[in-house]
Amino acid sequence: MAGVDIGRVGVERVEGWGMAVGSTVRVVRPRTVEQLRAALREAQSAGVSLAPRGTGCSYGDASTTRHGWSLDLTGMNGIHDFDCGTGVADLEAGVTIRQLWRTALPQGWWPKVVSGTMFPTVAGAAGMNIHGKNNFKVGTFGDNVLDLDLLLASGELVTCSREENPDLFHAVIGGFGMLGVITRVRTRTTRIHSGEVKVKGISCHDLAEMMAYMDAHTGEADYLVGWVDAFARDESLGRGLIHHADYLEEGEDEDAARTLTLAHQDLPTSILGVPKGEVWRALRLFNHPAGMRLMNAVKQVAGRMEEWQGFYRQSHAAFNFLLDYVPDWKYAYSRRAGEGLIQYQAFLPKERAHEGFVRLFEEGHRSGHTPFLGVLKRHRPDPFWMTHAVDGWSMAMDLKVTEANRASLWEACRRFSEICLEVGGRFYFAKDLVISPDAARRAFPAERLEAFLALKAEVDPGGLFSTDLWRRVFEGDPEGASHGPLGAEACA
Amino acid sequence: MSSSAPQAPSSPEPAPEPRERVLVVGASSGIGAALVRQLAGEGCRVAAVARRTELLEELAGSCPAGAVLPFTHDVTAAGEVPELLEQVRAALGGLDTLVYVAGVMPLVGAQEYDHGPDRRMVQVNLLGGMAWCAEVARLFVSERRGTIVGISSVAGDRGRRMNPAYHASKAGFTTYLESLRNRLEVHGVRVVTIKPGMVETPMTAEVDKLVLPITAEQAARATIRTWRGSLWSTRYVPLVWWPIMRVIQALPSRLFRHLEI
Repeated sequence: MAGVDIGRVGVERVEGWGMAVGSTVRVVRPRTVEQLRAALREAQSAGVSLAPRGTGCSYGDASTTRHGWSLDLTGMNGIHDFDCGTGVADLEAGVTIRQLWRTALPQGWWPKVVSGTMFPTVAGAAGMNIHGKNNFKVGTFGDNVLDLDLLLASGELVTCSREENPDLFHAVIGGFGMLGVITRVRTRTTRIHSGEVKVKGISCHDLAEMMAYMDAHTGEADYLVGWVDAFARDESLGRGLIHHADYLEEGEDEDAARTLTLAHQDLPTSILGVPKGEVWRALRLFNHPAGMRLMNAVKQVAGRMEEWQGFYRQSHAAFNFLLDYVPDWKYAYSRRAGEGLIQYQAFLPKERAHEGFVRLFEEGHRSGHTPFLGVLKRHRPDPFWMTHAVDGWSMAMDLKVTEANRASLWEACRRFSEICLEVGGRFYFAKDLVISPDAARRAFPAERLEAFLALKAEVDPGGLFSTDLWRRVFEGDPEGASHGPLGAEACA
Repeated sequence: MSSSAPQAPSSPEPAPEPRERVLVVGASSGIGAALVRQLAGEGCRVAAVARRTELLEELAGSCPAGAVLPFTHDVTAAGEVPELLEQVRAALGGLDTLVYVAGVMPLVGAQEYDHGPDRRMVQVNLLGGMAWCAEVARLFVSERRGTIVGISSVAGDRGRRMNPAYHASKAGFTTYLESLRNRLEVHGVRVVTIKPGMVETPMTAEVDKLVLPITAEQAARATIRTWRGSLWSTRYVPLVWWPIMRVIQALPSRLFRHLEI
């Protein structure tokens, strides 16, 4: 290491956001492209692989690694440029969505696509091809990337766009970091005339009603998302609350100068009188099936009341970043390494989505793994090779992982995957920790999968870039690594 | 690590309590050496970090074979810490506890105003502690477990006339540890501050009169007992210093400056 500047080096546990997988490894944090390039060379000469990582917001093993080094890009977080005429942002890899919206909003722009948390980096967002509650309308994050710079294993820096290196462009987006390191992203933002959106809650008695409403409003709504009470059964199965939100037109917000300030976007500092930093401790009391059944039921009633209220206004941050309201809320699941939560997100084509979701919930009830939270979204296809996006729907399901339930949970997820595959579904690597190589082969079109693997072999012949996800799903799970019911000990 | 078979038993036999893996920084003499000997005697795996290699070797040699892994390092070289921690962790197969016990207290004459020794005290007693605690905190937070034990001193509670820089360095370390405790608690990482009174060690050998002295072995034993317990704050060693320091802290400055304490 002596003499070569590759940025900060240290040892840390690197885990998926859901905490159910992780390993303590060397973490390298370059701050510049030069240091990054040196880190690549250093890893090559040490004969170890690199697992690219941003803020580690992928729930599963997309950025974790049992072997080799973790390549943390959060130190490369400069904003090269934000053009307030066109809303185009030119960003370094590690710039977070938070940095982006805080730059854009005061100038009257908002990111085209944001996730439920503001903490992912833009390179991570491109690499995992994330989506928001407006996927049906504006596509995925990748759809809104104009171009990006990619540092290949060879040390060559290439610019990729729809015109320049289009194959690489369409494979890198959603390519979960396996083709190279994204060092720069240029992305569009959208013009806004207010710091708020109009939001309406629509309470639904069952899944069919929910899907019917969303289908009927994809033309006009700017955002649509459904929260689903996964505990409800029979005729109430899939009941829940839709949030329908629209941007405000020019002039509709008379106080736009005030709402378009960062101060107006601040999330509340307390929830029901409890300082928000402490709320997770209260949530912990409910973090079991009976408690979550109760909370979901209460939310259903609250949803009815919200519906009577009609449209109300909410800041962009408050509407979009629901996951950031309660800091450390995932600790309500557990603080033990190897426990926590996984999210199983099934992407089903529209023709059979309803059937598939009903079967998924029933399987959850049958196996005793009822999701504590279900989230329904509408999607549209995109041109990226390894995309999860379908012309259809997704259901994201939060499932609690403990050391004791791990084996049976993995078995339940295996049956979830069978259901998804039977109805022609796909999976999403930003969330995944459970699918098998076989499930991946069946979910993705064969020609795309082959093209992706061929491109990987071409641009990274030495296998410099590798993650637990890659080894689990694409190298046939050589050690039974993260796939399978490993407990905390095996993960350490 | 078994293969991926999902039908594997979900709750394996409870593993025997693994041996605690402890990193002691400032291990070559005094409380540090006593800690290492006691921990090694209990069967812990101990990484002993200190500047003086020969003392370290001697210490390791006096303990059960293989129990103590010596690492030579000067705590004023903060830049070495990340890489050394990585080595320590690899050698111990993980890390449960950090004890930062490095400290120096050169005698300062009544009319001495010399920046050299002052600077050294701050570097060893405070900055070295911050470098190690921060690096280990980063690791422990990522693992959401672990205990950081900082050996501060009753000297940090009040500024006596004897040795301004020593008091300042310990006051700084006490406050640093408190801040660290407050930010790490949510992540399940514990920070324990130990404030020994007067301990018979090479560091205090030149001090004329020790009040309520205890041996380094006693201090080490109380320290270990404290971090094995459930305390998430500060412990005076011996405990009698707690009421004493409450009184001394309550003395008005106007009075305190005239007292020979």
